[in-house]
Amino acid sequence: MTRHLRKMPLTALFGFAVIFTYACVAIFAPLIAPYPETAIVGPEYMPWSDEFLLGTDSLGRDMLSRLIYAARNTLGIAIATTLIAFILGCSAALFAATMQGWVDQVISRIVDVMMSIPTLITSLLLLTIFGTSVLNLILIIALLYSTVVFRIARAVAMGIVVMDYVEAARIRGEGMFWIMFREVLPNAATPLVAEFGLRFTFVFLTVSALSFLGLGVQPPLADWGAMVRENASLITFGDLTPLLPAGAIALLTLAVNFIVDWMLHVASGLKE
Amino acid sequence: MTQTPLLTITDLVIQAQSDDGPKTLIDGLSLSLNKGEVLGLIGESGAGKSTFGLGAMGFTRDGCRFASGSVIFDGIELTQASPKVRRGLRSTRIAYVAQSAAASFNPAYSLIRQYSEFPVLAEGRNRSAVEVDAVEAYRRMHLPNPEEIGFRYPHQVSGGQLQRAMTAMAMACKPDLIIFDEPTTALDVTTQIEVLEAIREAVREFNTAAIYITHDLAVVSQMADRIMVLRHGNLVEEAPTAKMMSDPQEEYTKSLWAVRSFKAPAKPLPDDALTPLVSLKNVTARYGPAGPDVLQNVSFDLHKGRTMAIVGESGSGKTTSARCAMGLLPRRAGDVLLDGVSLPPDYHKRSKEQLQQLQIIYQMADTALNPKQKISDIIGRPVTFYTGLRGRARTERVRDLLSAIDLDPNVYFDRYPGELSGGQKQRIGIARALAAEPRVVICDEVTSALDQLVAEGILRLLVKLQQDFDLSYLFITHDIATVESIADDVVVMQKGKVVEAGPKDQIMAPPHAPYTELLLSSVPEMDPGWLDRVVQKRALE
Repeated sequence: MTRHLRKMPLTALFGFAVIFTYACVAIFAPLIAPYPETAIVGPEYMPWSDEFLLGTDSLGRDMLSRLIYAARNTLGIAIATTLIAFILGCSAALFAATMQGWVDQVISRIVDVMMSIPTLITSLLLLTIFGTSVLNLILIIALLYSTVVFRIARAVAMGIVVMDYVEAARIRGEGMFWIMFREVLPNAATPLVAEFGLRFTFVFLTVSALSFLGLGVQPPLADWGAMVRENASLITFGDLTPLLPAGAIALLTLAVNFIVDWMLHVASGLKE
Repeated sequence: MTQTPLLTITDLVIQAQSDDGPKTLIDGLSLSLNKGEVLGLIGESGAGKSTFGLGAMGFTRDGCRFASGSVIFDGIELTQASPKVRRGLRSTRIAYVAQSAAASFNPAYSLIRQYSEFPVLAEGRNRSAVEVDAVEAYRRMHLPNPEEIGFRYPHQVSGGQLQRAMTAMAMACKPDLIIFDEPTTALDVTTQIEVLEAIREAVREFNTAAIYITHDLAVVSQMADRIMVLRHGNLVEEAPTAKMMSDPQEEYTKSLWAVRSFKAPAKPLPDDALTPLVSLKNVTARYGPAGPDVLQNVSFDLHKGRTMAIVGESGSGKTTSARCAMGLLPRRAGDVLLDGVSLPPDYHKRSKEQLQQLQIIYQMADTALNPKQKISDIIGRPVTFYTGLRGRARTERVRDLLSAIDLDPNVYFDRYPGELSGGQKQRIGIARALAAEPRVVICDEVTSALDQLVAEGILRLLVKLQQDFDLSYLFITHDIATVESIADDVVVMQKGKVVEAGPKDQIMAPPHAPYTELLLSSVPEMDPGWLDRVVQKRALE
């Protein structure tokens, strides 16, 4: 592993640097941000100045502070969602692959049905029904994305459960959990970790998209997607401020993908 | 000799790039090969046979390069030649037959389409004319239905047929040199003999020079005029076949020649009155509810402390019988008894004690050990699972087991399977089976993926462990030499049925059942005239 780390390409290094910075900003938001998250600190739509580095928004809140606090909300939600999606998807996939037969059929068909409905429409529908709380947002997106995770994890696990060492564990009399989490999961880990990175970006984009549509993170909490929507009209006046949260999303997506690329590369064992 | 050699290799050095600098795979090998001559290359895996064989075509695998020396084929220096020149030579003048024809054919095209690829591309010939040739070539390879077989896809023909189709394809452009890389290693003995004969006929007919790479001495003695023994990329010995067989000079060569001489001490016949330890009674089984019966009325008894070999070609039901005994494939009819007590057909329904008594060692040690677990966990888990030992007691037990399989516990305890050689991995597989403290161990082709010297070590170990731990073995193999060396009793299987069963001396001595006769007579012997004799004898019958 250390050998791989030493040989890490510049792109992956850049990716890690960006994520590290984002994490710091999110964790130390109250220390870095010049103003509180939701306080109205000045007139609306102030241009960039020494007092308000990135100006103020439609209600007179400091843009920079909201940008910094939004890192917390957006990243936190995305991480929680991806984690839940993976725990759900992987467990179901390992179970299906290990049990095979009708268990696999039933779970797989349910997943097929869920996947046949466009994610955004389903999430809009479910959010309208259950209300737009952060918890609902996390659970609903996690459930929807767990189907994709399931498909990938099941494909990987299917290749592993036919190995002789899994058979050896079965005829030893090992229980389902041992086989799923001790024999199969460790051997499926590398592609799944890479998938985790990729899925994280998608979750992130979905959260931002929902916020942009008004069903994601609710005001007055700051969220990058919502910030684009709230201040979009500024673009017409040649002010680039609304592009900053969009840029923050784009940069993180890029960074995560660089890392995922590198991890897939290492996992596949390709030389160059 | 006045004739200029077709291929001259001088002081060839091939190196591989690795993280710790270049590693020499071929260390200054030389050879010269005349037209029509067959050279046998022999050695263990890792000896550099294939690397050298590919080097003779002016080709190196990814990450390898020619460091020095020269390969001159018919006046052309291949190590310096442009990729275009080399590509032009390959398949039209130099051809290569790989070990696994199944992996070398493109599954998406018919055989004849792939046959005609090179003649059409490189020689600009008409496809239909080439296809007429192909049928002739298939006939020469003794393929059934030569007119039609070419239009099948690779998955529609058997392994032996595919290997012959590949040889036919290699000869499509009438090359001057063919490199055979273990072309029969993956085949059954009965199929192997057909492929060997077809190859030899074709090589003689076209006066083709050939390099024949194999680890099987008996095979090379049939095929080659001259033999080179390689080890660690160096030449050990080179001599004409007859001389090499009768009078090897080097110690290493002698040890290779002597491998087949290992024999386990004979045991007295068991008392018939005793209950057999494992007993299959009229077992019938199939894959899937609608499939054909792959086992039909299979019965045999394994007595305590004995080794029973199950022999037969692939598809004969050897492994399936073992899987039925293990409960991995539930039987449809019949009974499997352990110590006179019927075992449930499905292993899910068996008690932990019943599972513990029957353990299995797999053919492919690579897939039999979890690559993410340490050796101490691989062996330690069954120890904890069956005997409940934990902590220090478990560590002690694992170390004892490692010592029992002749691996140093201090070195191997914390390693991962990826850090071990093939033979060592197989030993770990044995230790894992032993860790359960079983009474019966099923050995499924445990030595067939290993080099002969390593395989012999494993056989010796198994015999030693049998005495130390009072084990009974159900030994599945297709290799008659292994049966000779280790078995007490033999079951011969064909197409899911038991052909013959009994003590080894009785089965291996004439008179044989017809199928046993065919199987036994197909086993290559070290005598260079063996293939001719067998082929002649079969032609007469």
